[in-house]
Amino acid sequence: MNLTLHVWRQAGPDAPGKMVIYEATGVSPEMSFLEMLDVVNEGLTERGEVPIAFDHDCREGICGSCSLMINGVAHGPMRGTATCQLHMRSFKDGDTIYIEPWRARAFRVIKDLAVDRSPLDRIIQAGGFITAPTGSAQDANNILVAKESVDDAMDAAACIGCGACVAACPNASASLFTAAKITHLGLLPQGQSERYRRALKMVQQMELEEFGSCTLHGECQEACPKEISIDTITRMNRDFLRASLLGTRP
Amino acid sequence: MTLNLQARIPTGPLPQKWDKHRFEMKLVSPANKRKYTVVVVGSGLAGGAASATMSELGYNVKCFCFQDSPRRAHSIAAQGGINAAKNYRNDGDSVYRLFYDTVKGGDFRSREANVYRLAELSVNIIDQCVAQGVPFAREYGGLLANRSFGGAQVSRTFYARGQTGQQLLLGAYQALERQIAAGGVKMYPRTEMLDLVVIDGQARGIIARDLVTGAIEAHVADAVVLASGGYGNVFFLSTNAQGSNATAIWRAYKRGAAFANPCFTQIHPTCIPVHGEYQSKLTLMSESLRNDGRVWVPKQKGDKRDPRQIPEADRDYYLERKYPSFGNLAPRDIASRAAKEVCDEGRGVGETGFGVYLDFADAIKRLGKSVIEDRYGNLFDMYERITNENPYEVPMRIYPAVHYTMGGLWVDYNLMSTVNGLHVTGEANFSDHGANRLGASALMQGLADGYFIIPSTIGDYLATRKPAKVDTTHAAFRDALAGVAERTKRFLAIEGKRTVASFHRELGKIMWEYCGMSRNEAGLKIALTKIPELRAEFWRNVNIPGSDAELNQALEKAGRVADFLELAELMCIDALHRTESCGAHFREESQTPDGEALRDDDHFAYVAAWEYAGEGKPPILNREPLVFENVPLSQRSYK
Repeated sequence: MNLTLHVWRQAGPDAPGKMVIYEATGVSPEMSFLEMLDVVNEGLTERGEVPIAFDHDCREGICGSCSLMINGVAHGPMRGTATCQLHMRSFKDGDTIYIEPWRARAFRVIKDLAVDRSPLDRIIQAGGFITAPTGSAQDANNILVAKESVDDAMDAAACIGCGACVAACPNASASLFTAAKITHLGLLPQGQSERYRRALKMVQQMELEEFGSCTLHGECQEACPKEISIDTITRMNRDFLRASLLGTRP
Repeated sequence: MTLNLQARIPTGPLPQKWDKHRFEMKLVSPANKRKYTVVVVGSGLAGGAASATMSELGYNVKCFCFQDSPRRAHSIAAQGGINAAKNYRNDGDSVYRLFYDTVKGGDFRSREANVYRLAELSVNIIDQCVAQGVPFAREYGGLLANRSFGGAQVSRTFYARGQTGQQLLLGAYQALERQIAAGGVKMYPRTEMLDLVVIDGQARGIIARDLVTGAIEAHVADAVVLASGGYGNVFFLSTNAQGSNATAIWRAYKRGAAFANPCFTQIHPTCIPVHGEYQSKLTLMSESLRNDGRVWVPKQKGDKRDPRQIPEADRDYYLERKYPSFGNLAPRDIASRAAKEVCDEGRGVGETGFGVYLDFADAIKRLGKSVIEDRYGNLFDMYERITNENPYEVPMRIYPAVHYTMGGLWVDYNLMSTVNGLHVTGEANFSDHGANRLGASALMQGLADGYFIIPSTIGDYLATRKPAKVDTTHAAFRDALAGVAERTKRFLAIEGKRTVASFHRELGKIMWEYCGMSRNEAGLKIALTKIPELRAEFWRNVNIPGSDAELNQALEKAGRVADFLELAELMCIDALHRTESCGAHFREESQTPDGEALRDDDHFAYVAAWEYAGEGKPPILNREPLVFENVPLSQRSYK
């Protein structure tokens, strides 16, 4: 099939960007979206033009590198699917596809479709961990964890840190990302002693990074390739509120 | 042989070696640790865990990764699980059994002492990961759950749905981020190591390129740890991530680190078959699927019926037939070769004929759909997304694909290479898996190296060698910097006609054809003429648009492919010299009457450690003899 692509091109962080039109011809429905872009890039290279930069790595939906806004939808039309696992059978011959980077104040564009998501790493640095220096652990089976707790923790821990939640949010909030980690660790017995401090510090860092506030639009859970529930945000708010009320020290 | 390969295996009985060694190693006092800087290249399980742990101990760590965040290293894609000799199932497991299975599974081409230590540490890894909050699967009572995995008859694999690698990596990543915040680790994301700096025989730092600005910088260190993963992408199509590359270890090889057993590459039996020329990667379906899925092909050639319409009598469950005691759980090398064999006979399924069925109908009938969904739901979803077929209804189609490289830089018991101070961990080294890796053992090795081994042995190196002060004005740094800058300019100056990917694809085809699942002398010789030709054309005719002062993904890829074009040749040289079959290395000339791999222990019970001899010169073979004192050498049988 043949497609018309409108792709955001931006030479660098401070350069102006614009949409550029490319024709993608002979696209097979079995191709993944990124393979379609590979073919476009091969063509550009052969013509001596600079190929389109985009982040990608594992191409199996787990590393969280890929990050494309496709027709205004983070990761495109297929629910619960990262861009790399989206296949061209989701489109039809003659379609026009708009491809843009994640748009958020906190995510600076590096080039074309690649953005800087290091603010998400700094949110984890603020408290997204359980303090357990290597060597200090007791026997694994001494800690009992109810199956339901670990299943719910795993649902939240499935977050791949892609930032689609931020891109989808009208406020560019990183609440779903932050809440997923707070939920994962807060549901486990190992995570209790740092639970409230963790919530406080991670939420504070989220604000420092200039992410917007959550107003419960719910766009994030629609866009999340791992279908993480917005319920995690309720839990984050509860833990944060309690930490604030109790005067938990950061 | 010009290298003196000292494995430095401690004396004494096997179970006491590591303990004894830990006592005998010199320590760096707590106050002095912060005076040492360790560069770690790679932030996966081996590199992330090592960086976090060394920082906890007090060392200054600089950690580099080419991805935009350390959380994206390819360890994240491991699905099935991690082995540990906990014997929580009371099914007869022990440290010794895990050791035994791993030595045997590796077809007697690994070092006993290293493997035993790995098995010992496996139990600490699970403890550590649980303490960090890794959400391993649990039983209703709250205890840890287990499953069995290929090549083992006990249930010793711990797992977090089909995302075990992700959860273990996030555990290490979170520990790493904690140390970054504490100031012990300086993280360099989107930065790629392009050379190793060796001064007076000691690794003293690296040259790295900032992939965003293009700046090429020198980083001084007292010791260097390469945890940069494997080189499966030499085959172009593999289950590796797009960015996975051999550049760090290949640059180190050219600076004097011996490369061990480069031809030992694992072909994983359960991947989604290839479907088109434009394809960029192959997707693995976890081996754990073989616990409940049954592998079969039609008995008759060219049977094109819908698999559901093929009656039992017309199906050949060939793994169950050939290996009755292990059945569908036969080790990877054996299962892969068996799949190739039935496809070569013309009984393969799917459009290309390069596929076999992995059928869950019986398991769904026995256990119910919900149990299967609980165990493999995310894998089934992934399969459906890629193939547009529902595996609950239609059997999956799978075919072997390149997945892991057992070969890597040679290391001694302390995980130090033949260059003093250059340590190598995880998939980047050669040490523990011999000629074939068992399922759920890669995560175990990466974490054993990263959390427990390197943080101890690095102290011994620093305390005994006491590296002298150097800085980036040293001639060795200046030369290496100039070399990297010159090479970068050279890439951009070629301005040829072909894309980097087209060379990579062509190299992959050569490797898969002649150095893939089975190898023979004639084929390897063909590869050894084709590879240098392709390499020469690459340096003449590659086209890399853009500049070196910006994010330039084609330039990054060109550097990696240029190194693959050299490494591929070494792999073929190694495969050609090893005229025996062992594990994943199947030489057609060396097989048993029923077509199994036939080892030649009299001539090949050694590690082949290749030494770089200079541009255009054949590499030099060094041998480390392997001695088996505990597991007697025997023909591997899974019948």
